[in-house]
Amino acid sequence: MRIPVSWLREFAPVPPEESGRDIADRLVRSGLEVETVTSVGGAVAGPLVVGHVQSVEELTEFKKPIRFCTVTVGADHGHPDTPGERGIICGATNFAPGDLVVIALPGSVLPGDFTIASRKTYGRISDGMICSEEELGLGEDHDGIMVLPPGTAQPGDPAGPILGLGEEVLDIAVTPDRGYALSIRGVAREAATAYGVEFTDPGLELGELPIPDKSAAPHECASEDLTACDLLTLRTIVGFDPSAPTPIWMRRRLTACGMRSIGLAVDVTNYVMLETGQPLHAFDLDRLQGAVRARPAKSGERLETLDHVDRELSPADLVIADDRGAIGLAGTMGGLTTEIDGSSTAIALEAAHFEPRQVARISRRHKLSSEASRRFERGVDRSLPPYASARAAQLLIEFGGGQYRGMTAVEAPVDPIVIPLDPNLPGEVGGLALDEVTIETQLREVGCEVERAGAVLQVLPPTWRPDLTDPYDLVEEVLRLIGYDKIPSQLPSIPAQHGLSMGHRIRRRVGLSLAGGGYTETPAYPFIGTDELDGLGIPVDDARRRLVRLANPLSDKQPYLRTSLLPGLIATARRNVSRGAEDIALFEQGVVFFAGEQRADAAPRPDVADRPSDSELADLDDLLPHQPRHVSVLLTGAKEPAGWWGAARPASWADAVAAARLVATAVGVDLEVTSGVNAPFHPGRCAVLRNGDAVVGYAGELHPKVVERCDLPDRTAAMELDLDVLIDQAQDIVPAPDIQTMPVAKEDIALIVGEDTPAQDLAAAVAEGAGDLLESIRLFDEYTGEQVGVGRKSLAFSLRFRAPDRTLTAEEVTEAREAAVAKAVERFGAVLRS
Amino acid sequence: MSAPNKDFDPVAAEALSEESVAAAVVAAEEAFASANDLDELKAARLDHAGDRSPLALANREIGALPPSAKAEAGKRVGQARQQVKQSLAARQAILEIARDERVLAEESVDVTKPFDRDPIGGRHPLSTIQERMADIFVAMGYDVVDGPEVESEWHNFDALNLGPDHPARSMQDTFFVESADSGMVLRTHTSPVQIRTMLRQPPPIYMIAPGRVFRADELDATHTPVFSQIEGLAVDRGITMAHLKGTLDHFASALFGEGIVTRLRPSYFPFTEPSAELDLQCFVCRGESIGRSDPSCRTCGSEGWIEWGGCGMVNPRVLAACGIDSAEYRGFAFGMGLERTLMFRHGITDMRDMVEGDVRFTKPFGLEV
Repeated sequence: MRIPVSWLREFAPVPPEESGRDIADRLVRSGLEVETVTSVGGAVAGPLVVGHVQSVEELTEFKKPIRFCTVTVGADHGHPDTPGERGIICGATNFAPGDLVVIALPGSVLPGDFTIASRKTYGRISDGMICSEEELGLGEDHDGIMVLPPGTAQPGDPAGPILGLGEEVLDIAVTPDRGYALSIRGVAREAATAYGVEFTDPGLELGELPIPDKSAAPHECASEDLTACDLLTLRTIVGFDPSAPTPIWMRRRLTACGMRSIGLAVDVTNYVMLETGQPLHAFDLDRLQGAVRARPAKSGERLETLDHVDRELSPADLVIADDRGAIGLAGTMGGLTTEIDGSSTAIALEAAHFEPRQVARISRRHKLSSEASRRFERGVDRSLPPYASARAAQLLIEFGGGQYRGMTAVEAPVDPIVIPLDPNLPGEVGGLALDEVTIETQLREVGCEVERAGAVLQVLPPTWRPDLTDPYDLVEEVLRLIGYDKIPSQLPSIPAQHGLSMGHRIRRRVGLSLAGGGYTETPAYPFIGTDELDGLGIPVDDARRRLVRLANPLSDKQPYLRTSLLPGLIATARRNVSRGAEDIALFEQGVVFFAGEQRADAAPRPDVADRPSDSELADLDDLLPHQPRHVSVLLTGAKEPAGWWGAARPASWADAVAAARLVATAVGVDLEVTSGVNAPFHPGRCAVLRNGDAVVGYAGELHPKVVERCDLPDRTAAMELDLDVLIDQAQDIVPAPDIQTMPVAKEDIALIVGEDTPAQDLAAAVAEGAGDLLESIRLFDEYTGEQVGVGRKSLAFSLRFRAPDRTLTAEEVTEAREAAVAKAVERFGAVLRS
Repeated sequence: MSAPNKDFDPVAAEALSEESVAAAVVAAEEAFASANDLDELKAARLDHAGDRSPLALANREIGALPPSAKAEAGKRVGQARQQVKQSLAARQAILEIARDERVLAEESVDVTKPFDRDPIGGRHPLSTIQERMADIFVAMGYDVVDGPEVESEWHNFDALNLGPDHPARSMQDTFFVESADSGMVLRTHTSPVQIRTMLRQPPPIYMIAPGRVFRADELDATHTPVFSQIEGLAVDRGITMAHLKGTLDHFASALFGEGIVTRLRPSYFPFTEPSAELDLQCFVCRGESIGRSDPSCRTCGSEGWIEWGGCGMVNPRVLAACGIDSAEYRGFAFGMGLERTLMFRHGITDMRDMVEGDVRFTKPFGLEV
């Protein structure tokens, strides 16, 4: 809501020395969000004067219309050669001799640092400029030259004051609870309270209307739904002059508030709406047939609104209608067929009150937010319609003539809400001492009537504050007017707690471990498209195709929520590559989403007056998709770069598996690795990761086709684990190992086996054969080549033996070693390499 | 060598003469002194202190002397050999030191060569700031709580006093889950975690909920459709707005420096009543730049305060929806954006830097912010 300061001062006599910024500061402290303070035509510097167009000479030798105009600009401002006059070249054609216009004389500076000078153009001397609104920074109306209404001023008068140049305008972002601040009236009231000056209420004056002309009755109105429309008034004016111009001061204020001047009748309804907050609608009376009434729309009924959209109505909509059908969407927008236009001489002026939720529903259903709907859905003063429409009728008759026929109205009885307030509550909530006098004083500032009734105060909020409905609303009013800066700063005493949960501690550890292990955390957006899953080669029946779809995605290419962290990491890796990075190791810990069963019925919506039952809450949770937290890495390029120590070590499947083991270590769980096949991995380089019997993820090198489709560097490797499952398995208490101190015996063995034999299985066989004396086993070398034969490989293990109670003898060690080899021979046909 | 003197004739042995012995000592000491390294010293030792050195040979001659001469000759040679041995040891020590120094000098390397063989990664500042904030609240006695990112409309809106027709509901650009009546959204704030906590446990409740939230805004320098918030909630007997202010002041000083405070301005949120905008005292200029253009404060734009978040006293209707008796308990709640906090805390000028995953952005933050 834009508030010209001069308009505000009409109702709140703020001290003249207070600037717009000062007023803004006061309003901010009382809770109005003033976003900017600007000046009308901010950058314009004179000399700017009113000119009277004397003659217009069409210069026809040019491709576009060019006119040489002679303009009287007053005795002091004429050209030395033509006293009182100037010749000016102008390309606009919307003015004629006799019109009053605004002249920027040479030396004027217009917005954009555009200095006007006398110059030769189109073969003439142009001695200034005839201005449009846009050129003066007044508005975006560039239909042509700004023509002032006749009699506005004399040629040569300074144009600045007439145009309101330099007037300060506050722009306020109005929160939904403060519908009253969508008006000069509401903001001026806050300003008056903030400055402690007397407020003149423009919403309580009926204006000086003529005595109704009794020769004909005013047009009838009715409401068929007194809940949705509990007040409807209609004033009738006939014999109105449709060509009457809008006075310049009204246009100036409309423009300053960001509205276009359209014609007197519409301008007046807008002006009064801005001033009072009451939306009004003017119908062309001659186009109405029968009483104007509020009623639910009929099924299949249609209405073309003023924005030229043909709308299908539903019985959930409330419309304004006449005998022929709907003529307006209640509280939202009028219809095209009954619109006021440049020939309308009879006006039916509607001012009504609608139930806020009704208008909110209409506005949302039709995706139509208007100046009227914004006000109605936030709540408009229930008592305002007759006052606002009287003010409008008075302005219409004053500037457009015509006869007033009177008003018809229909109204439901009002049941005012009285709020009982415990006078201790504001102080208890604020944490400060507040006496009852202060509380009552502040509530009266807001416009409440306050009465003591036993231990409580009975508070009747003013009609313009429909947002005040319960005691806490009143507490807020009291505290904000006293000032939040008066509230002390205190810490509550809090019962002792247990600190971070194990899950949170583990998630930190996983992040730190991966970062320490060379991975950089890059959280991605969770939006994906099926293209990305296709790129990864995810099969159609894979769980990762159980997608949650958004109804209104940002991009039609990515309407789904991710079921894997890999698409995000891939996109991020590609972005880094495109920016010149070569060695990339990324990780993300984040949530993925697996759709549940599709529900046939509508989602439950338990009442919020009280706690829903446990089964209702369970129903709500059943709606939600499965949302586990995953951790994933992706790496490419060199894991260890080349340097003075030697060559680079390229990132590989082994790093991805190691990253999975690193995560498992950070979580504190075991991870078993077997080979397997799973998209998007290379079928020969894919590790299946298990904890116990449960598959918890995969790691390995990406499939070459995936690498190609995703435009990644060759041999890119990745890993993804279900972190939540691992965290569930984590032990809070780690049992300490038993440290043996007797001497160790070391033995190395190399075993030749078939090349398909998994190293892990061979090691397990060796360990089993070696028995209890074996302390550890480690694969330290692998060899393939002539010496072991085609299709065979040699795996070398170092074994460490130790007994808890004695030094092992050579015989004992040899025996254990031979048993280890024997088990490998038995299980895999291994040959001991000598 | 002479044959043993069995005749006890006073035979004079030239090698045992005072002159000869002295000469041998001098020769030995000269040889040792002129040895430049341990190898040369070894050769000199063999020549002058070995089994075949002049003094060793002279020593054998002692047997040939008559008993009356043996003692004196023996003493002379013994002293001489002792002197030579000491000279040798002294020289040995000097040359060993020299050798050690040379070896160490030869083994020296250029320690300025970078050994970045195992490059370290980095955690995203959004993660680390969440942890930093969580630590501050955990120290005060708060729990850290998570909630689902796809959330029911009931938890995200209805229970927070944002009914189906509430105008604030259209203020938020909500991502809805298909279909239209699925009753699910991507949560637009972390506030539904408040609801879940109040439904799960009776007061007293002191919790924070950091997490991702979603609004249908296009990504630009100051907006992102996916961002992070931290939410705080306290519900207990006798909670006041002064407790809210005190908690926020403590949070501000813990995160931005001792003495940094907050300011509350009246505002509106459906789930709090009274409601306030939360401003943070500028931690760079501490308000000293207010009204100054030179030097101006780039962090707060010389306003002295930075908009940080929203807060208020939990609306009794929200407590009611969670089955908490508002006659017995009151609560406060607050929330702030983490991206915004990072932007002004670290001087990040473009939101996209936090979103795009460029490793050059994240790495400088390392493992902590």
